[in-house]
Amino acid sequence: MQTVEVLIEVNNLKKYFRVGRNAFVKAVDDVSFNICKGETLGLVGESGCGKTTCGKTILGLYSTTDGEVIFDGVNIHALRPNEKTEFTKRAQIIFQDPYSSLNPRMTVGDIIGEGMDIHHLYKGKEREEKVFELLNTVGLNKEHVNRFPHEFSGGQRQRIGIARALAIEPDFIVCDEPISALDVSIQAQIVNLLMELQRSKDLTYLFIAHNLSMIKYISDRVGVMYLGNLVELTTSAELYDNPLHPYTRALLSAIPIPDPQEERRKQRITLHGEIPSSINPPPGCRFASRCQFAKEICTRAMPPLVEVDKEHFVACHLARQF
Amino acid sequence: MDTARTDMVVADEMFQRVGIDEELSEHLDKPSLTYWADVWRRFRKDKLALFGLVLMVAIIATVFLGPLFSGKDYKYMDSSVKNLRPNAQYWFGTDDMGRDIFTRVCYGGRISILIGFLCTIVMFVIGSLMGALAGLKGGWVDNLIMRFAEFVGNLPYLIIVVILTMTMGRSIFAIVLAMSLTSWVGTCRMVRGQILQLKELDYIEAASALGANTTRIILRHLLPNTMGIIMVQVTMSIPGFIFGEAFLSYVGLGIRPPGTSWGALASAGQARLMFHPHILFFPCIMIVLTTFAFHLVGDGLSDALDPKLRE
Repeated sequence: MQTVEVLIEVNNLKKYFRVGRNAFVKAVDDVSFNICKGETLGLVGESGCGKTTCGKTILGLYSTTDGEVIFDGVNIHALRPNEKTEFTKRAQIIFQDPYSSLNPRMTVGDIIGEGMDIHHLYKGKEREEKVFELLNTVGLNKEHVNRFPHEFSGGQRQRIGIARALAIEPDFIVCDEPISALDVSIQAQIVNLLMELQRSKDLTYLFIAHNLSMIKYISDRVGVMYLGNLVELTTSAELYDNPLHPYTRALLSAIPIPDPQEERRKQRITLHGEIPSSINPPPGCRFASRCQFAKEICTRAMPPLVEVDKEHFVACHLARQF
Repeated sequence: MDTARTDMVVADEMFQRVGIDEELSEHLDKPSLTYWADVWRRFRKDKLALFGLVLMVAIIATVFLGPLFSGKDYKYMDSSVKNLRPNAQYWFGTDDMGRDIFTRVCYGGRISILIGFLCTIVMFVIGSLMGALAGLKGGWVDNLIMRFAEFVGNLPYLIIVVILTMTMGRSIFAIVLAMSLTSWVGTCRMVRGQILQLKELDYIEAASALGANTTRIILRHLLPNTMGIIMVQVTMSIPGFIFGEAFLSYVGLGIRPPGTSWGALASAGQARLMFHPHILFFPCIMIVLTTFAFHLVGDGLSDALDPKLRE
């Protein structure tokens, strides 16, 4: 990181979904972090831990329950409608499922051009040129412009989704598991495309995934989420070399090593116990019920996210003790 | 063997590089089919539905162009030719006041079909917009619209028609209003159900992330994707409205003379059934054929729109 200029500041973000009269799913519960200009922040965690909700709330697709999201100095949840439209021009999203994220009744040209139409960026001939250029950028062909989404493969559709997000030249893109629905060989292509675009267009990413190796490859910093909380946040190298939270350690031990002998020697940390329900999470550390080191204090008080090393934040009472 | 080889002249220009044109490698000769072009392709294969479509077009053409060929006026009474059987001059015969039944059937058909289409358009526009709004907005908007729809849907249809025709006169406008006042409820429910399903899909979220407003999301994303089901309901409900109007005219609540419709003609013909059955026969056969044609087309459409259903 050359210049540390904060683009997005997430402060005590909470997002609860009402599921019953007095029952809430605490999808995101008190999460704070920054995203700097030009960096990629990775967000990992198991299914249902609130990664996607977090990403969509940052974009304003969901309203917040509490807390704020500051984008370039303004709270995006307190915008007037026309300011909101301005904001959508600067922040975009790429979806997980390339099949449901494209309207089946629109041609590729219209899908990519929709953002330009909404923001009145280009018209007529210029719009057409721009769409061709975008198709070229994401590795598709001019000939594809009049086809419909069902005529493409998963990887190609994901490229269309990326082109749509790029069409209005945003500064920030939330990549919501853009590779997990794709074939392994295609995953590498898409990730490399995303990294190349980041360099050439100076983009900032929030990259959500559950593939740890991929996250390490693409991210500058990584945040680990567990049941709506951020449990560890540090640079990607530090996280993989020196994980402090027991949950992060368990996650990292699950990465397969592409060497059978190494793999056999590896100590796998297996987690036991149930994930507590996010409707009524127990007091104290959310991870306590599955943590092999849990002590009495863990079930009583929620550990705050503290900076234990430079740029290394952990939410664990016992972080320094093992 | 060796001689055969030496006979061959190998020139350099035979080994020119052909190369690959990147653009051409992705070129398809067959034009990309739009959704509706694909539906039409499947629809054409269904002979019965195609017959229905031809019949439908034929009926509409007859109704609008018929009077030009018969060269008669639907109101003109000629007391010398009362109750004639169908013949070369009066193709469908004449009625008890000496009017040409063919011309009257054509003229009445215009009114009947017009009412059918108008009612359907009103039903379709109000129903789908209300349904889309309810499904998309959810919460109290949804509650309000759906409770209102239930209220309207429970009003007794005949009483509304009687009150409206009494207060507004028996005009086309009053009939259309009376019939479409309650009919949009079904469309509204159906569209709402569809929208509830669709709005969870990522492309709706993608559109709102791009900054699209509610109007754009409804018109560009949601309605085109529910159009298939709506189209089937539309074709199926046109004959329903034609029938409804015929019923109203038959019981004397419909079009007022000298204007006429198929229902009114049938009602008049009923009195002469014993001695001159042709007066009743022709408007009735037109109603039956029209209903039949629209149903065939609707059936074919629903098959063409959902090919999985048939297999």
